[in-house]
Amino acid sequence: MSSYTTSARLSRGFKKSIDRGGFVRQLDLVLLGAVALLLIIGSLLVSASTRDWYDSQGLDPHFYLKRHLLNIVIGIFLAAMTAAVDYRLLRAYTPVLWGLAVIGLIAVLIPGVGETINGARAWIALPGGFSVQPAEFAKLAIIVGMAMVLAEKRDGEKDPRNIDVLQALGVAALPVLLIFVQPDVGTILIVCCSVVAIIAVSGAPARWIAGLLMFAVLGGVAAVQFNILQDYQLKRLQSFINPQADPQESGYQLQQARITIGSGGFLGKGLYKGPQSNGRFVPEQQTDFIFTVAGEELGFVGSSGIIALFAVLLWRAGRLARRTTDLFGRLVVSGVMAWFAFQFFENVGMALGLMPMTGVPLPFLSYGGTSMFATLMAVGLLQNVHARRSWN
Amino acid sequence: MNDRSSQRLLVMYILIGSLVVALFGRLYYLQIAAGPKYQQAALDNQSRDIVTPAVRGMILDDRGVPLAVNRTGLVVTVDNVALGKQADGGKAVLTRLAKILNSDYKTLWTKTQLCGAKGSPKIGCWNGSPYQPIPVTKAAASEAALQIIEHAEQFPGIAAKPEGFRTYPADGGVNAAHILGYLGPVSNEDLQSTSTRSVGLHPTDLVGKAGLEYQYDQYLRGQSGVRRVVVDRTGAVTRTLQDTLPLSGNHLVTSIDSKLQTVVEEQLAAAIARARAGAPGDKRGARKADAGAAIVMDVTSGRIMAMASWPTYNPNIWLEGLSFKQASDLFSEAEGVPALSRAIQGQLAPASTFKVVSLSAAAKAGYDFNAKYNCPASLKIGNRVFTNYESKGAGLISMRTAIALSCDTVWYQIAYDQWVKDGGLSPKRNLNDFFFKAAKGFGFGKQTGVDLPSESSGRLANREWKQSWYEANKNFFCNYETKAIPAQQTPLLIAIAKENCVDGAKIRAGDAVNFAIGQGDTTATPMQMIQMYAAIANGGTIMKPTIGRAILDNKGKIIKEILPQSVGKLPLDKPTLAFMQDALQAVVTEGTARYPFTDFPVAVSAKTGTGEVFGKNLDGSEKDTTSWLVSYAPSEKPKYAVLMMVSQGGTGSLTSGPSVRKIYESIFGVTGSKVDPLRSLFPSGPPSVIPKLTTDGRVLPPMKLKSTAKNGG
Repeated sequence: MSSYTTSARLSRGFKKSIDRGGFVRQLDLVLLGAVALLLIIGSLLVSASTRDWYDSQGLDPHFYLKRHLLNIVIGIFLAAMTAAVDYRLLRAYTPVLWGLAVIGLIAVLIPGVGETINGARAWIALPGGFSVQPAEFAKLAIIVGMAMVLAEKRDGEKDPRNIDVLQALGVAALPVLLIFVQPDVGTILIVCCSVVAIIAVSGAPARWIAGLLMFAVLGGVAAVQFNILQDYQLKRLQSFINPQADPQESGYQLQQARITIGSGGFLGKGLYKGPQSNGRFVPEQQTDFIFTVAGEELGFVGSSGIIALFAVLLWRAGRLARRTTDLFGRLVVSGVMAWFAFQFFENVGMALGLMPMTGVPLPFLSYGGTSMFATLMAVGLLQNVHARRSWN
Repeated sequence: MNDRSSQRLLVMYILIGSLVVALFGRLYYLQIAAGPKYQQAALDNQSRDIVTPAVRGMILDDRGVPLAVNRTGLVVTVDNVALGKQADGGKAVLTRLAKILNSDYKTLWTKTQLCGAKGSPKIGCWNGSPYQPIPVTKAAASEAALQIIEHAEQFPGIAAKPEGFRTYPADGGVNAAHILGYLGPVSNEDLQSTSTRSVGLHPTDLVGKAGLEYQYDQYLRGQSGVRRVVVDRTGAVTRTLQDTLPLSGNHLVTSIDSKLQTVVEEQLAAAIARARAGAPGDKRGARKADAGAAIVMDVTSGRIMAMASWPTYNPNIWLEGLSFKQASDLFSEAEGVPALSRAIQGQLAPASTFKVVSLSAAAKAGYDFNAKYNCPASLKIGNRVFTNYESKGAGLISMRTAIALSCDTVWYQIAYDQWVKDGGLSPKRNLNDFFFKAAKGFGFGKQTGVDLPSESSGRLANREWKQSWYEANKNFFCNYETKAIPAQQTPLLIAIAKENCVDGAKIRAGDAVNFAIGQGDTTATPMQMIQMYAAIANGGTIMKPTIGRAILDNKGKIIKEILPQSVGKLPLDKPTLAFMQDALQAVVTEGTARYPFTDFPVAVSAKTGTGEVFGKNLDGSEKDTTSWLVSYAPSEKPKYAVLMMVSQGGTGSLTSGPSVRKIYESIFGVTGSKVDPLRSLFPSGPPSVIPKLTTDGRVLPPMKLKSTAKNGG
């Protein structure tokens, strides 16, 4: 089909939903409110972590904030489109989405197209200094694809057969393999969580879940045993176990992250006023380590507020999954919930020293276009299911 | 929806809930429970101290002549942060720098490595702050400094600028290494210590490590200036939190007279040379003379006017940082352990200089000093024969002559009789122990309290000592044939071991007899001996020896005066003291010290000692005798005490005597047999006025050293 017809059908669907007058009212406003607050806090933190630094370099102090806001605007537009289109229609486009994600993941591996940042060949550079991370979109494609395979074959009366589970795993396998080659361990972990969650909620036999978990453990052991992990990844693991082991590199980062958060105390040093953040002691503080800025400048009050907002988000997603009767919708929501939950835990846990270092952004808060687009589109998916759910 | 799906959703819910709880818990721990710790860590992280060292106070002699000063030298520093930014970590820069400093890359690299960092060398590393430029030399040639400044692009992170450093100017040839000590970087123990010595120390500070530099470090050190700055991750300074200026240290005025010190050092070296060449009149010929000490003390105040130890070293070797060879030589036995200050750390048998103690003991025991005593060539005590030195007898002599001639056999008899009276091998309950008690009263086995670190206390071999010695060695003696090395398995040594095994804890007749003539296990430092003789000279008051005279602030104001301090009285009555003083004068006029003081115009009182030493040298030769000469003058109204000791140096009279005479010649201005007060170092007695400094810290009046009465060795 041509792109014209696609957009025409999308806009027709969008119009219809407003016309009916029921759509906006059927949005989960609590979830939206939590996301909106997170986006606002994130924008302030991105600004706080870059303003003084860019100013001292004689550059535009609002460079990062402007780009971040642009990312949010684009993300909201994408989310609105995702929410508006009938998700049953989405099933039809799922193979296309999946195919695009796989093509993107192959493209990053081609020298000259893919860009290596922090040891992972995960980026495609675009003109204007922007870059795209296909793996983020692949998360969406895998969740929707698996949900489609597992929901389409039956009416939700019977549990999925082995062949269904195998097919669903096949949908995930190729993108995961391609991300593994980059390699981007953080994203693989998140995708694996989503995969296990979807398989589990689909009602597949318990041996599949046990098998997948065992596979993950064996895979992890093998990765260390056969030097599949890259040097920098091993160092990150080592410095997680012993932060003093490599004080100049990743250990330094983790130690500084803890000091920065710990020094925030109860009320924090105040936005834009954190000496650790302004001294840029934690590298990547506007992206993967943005939680350290929150810890220092907003203190225990502000950072636990962020955790609470995520808890609200996950609660609403869980509520939605429990209440929706449609298996496809339920599986999509479960996948997204597992994704958000694990990425959130992985990122904040890393900043707090609970998890080893993996380069994953904090959803809604970290600076970074593709991640912002993908997470907002996922929110769009949740709203879509919410709006069109058939309640029990 | 089926149950299984809902159950699994519930499990997911619970899992996610526990993750959120875990994050809350950890956040609480980091920010609330451990918050203060991390707030401190953040401060340490963000702030750096840039330390400006204080100007250390000078050490001056009794007239204001500087013994230790701060000079300005061209200091070349290396900034590790800047070097680290070089592609090769700064190797090329250091190699270039080494070339113009006539050094090598390895040496410079070692000096710039942080102590304790992974892979850094243990010796010669930098133990200051990584943000402090590290000095690699303090005495760069001006051409080298110019090259660094002019070609800054070739030397990133390298700076050359004038800076103060400690130096010992050795005006007039004075060395005084063992008095002054030296400085070294502050140690980690010092930094962590909570003692008052460690207050205000910074990791880059230099502190006194020995001698006066150590003893008076708190006064001399001053307070380093600290600029505390806030830095970012790259180390760039963003703001200054605090800026305190350095506070100069105070000056130490000593009682050392640098002119006299120079003479004493020369005369000690001359005595060593004399013994090694074979002193005139010494029938035994050349001696080993491996070490020595000489001290001059003001007998009334206890102030030390000069103190020398041989072998010595150049105190300025610490300036550049010691090379490994220099450091090991300082403590090498083959080199005579130059770091050891013989004057306060050498522990030797006092030999006949001990006889003043015996005299005091005999007085207490009721001996009549006007009676005649038999002085045979030898005396048999039990089954051992004890002889006079060189086995000469003098027949029936007065006690005065016994002291003058240093007759040993008189003392053997008295000590043996007293030992028997005390019960011999079965000691009575109420022991008189006249000899042990007198020795204790004179100060044996006790530090003099001189204001120098690491003073030895010598050893008083009394009954208590013997008991503890026996307990420590009993096992060895009782199993001698299995424990001793084959070379020690001679019939004589085995017999001695057997004897020691049975009654080693007891004072035997031989011990008592040896004790009375200062032989056996009793040892003393030269400082202890001069303290006792100064007390005899001043009428019986034991003075604490002092070198520090006063502390002046950097404007010259006296902030602390170190006053003479009495630490006890000699255990003897007035008639005994008078008799003793007379006998010591007789030693010079008609006794063992007559030879060196022939025709000397000032009356000198003295006692010689020739201490026998058991054991062997490194080359296998038997240890030679210790030469002692302790004296004071003028005999009628004593002002100065002079001591010289030469280890393995032969006799007191022949080896040390001539040098002690030369020292007195300088003090009194003697040429031949005439006194010329104009040539005297102290025309009006020991200096009693503290020298003045101008308000800008210079010494007033500027002291020019005129050539002193040097008369060669």
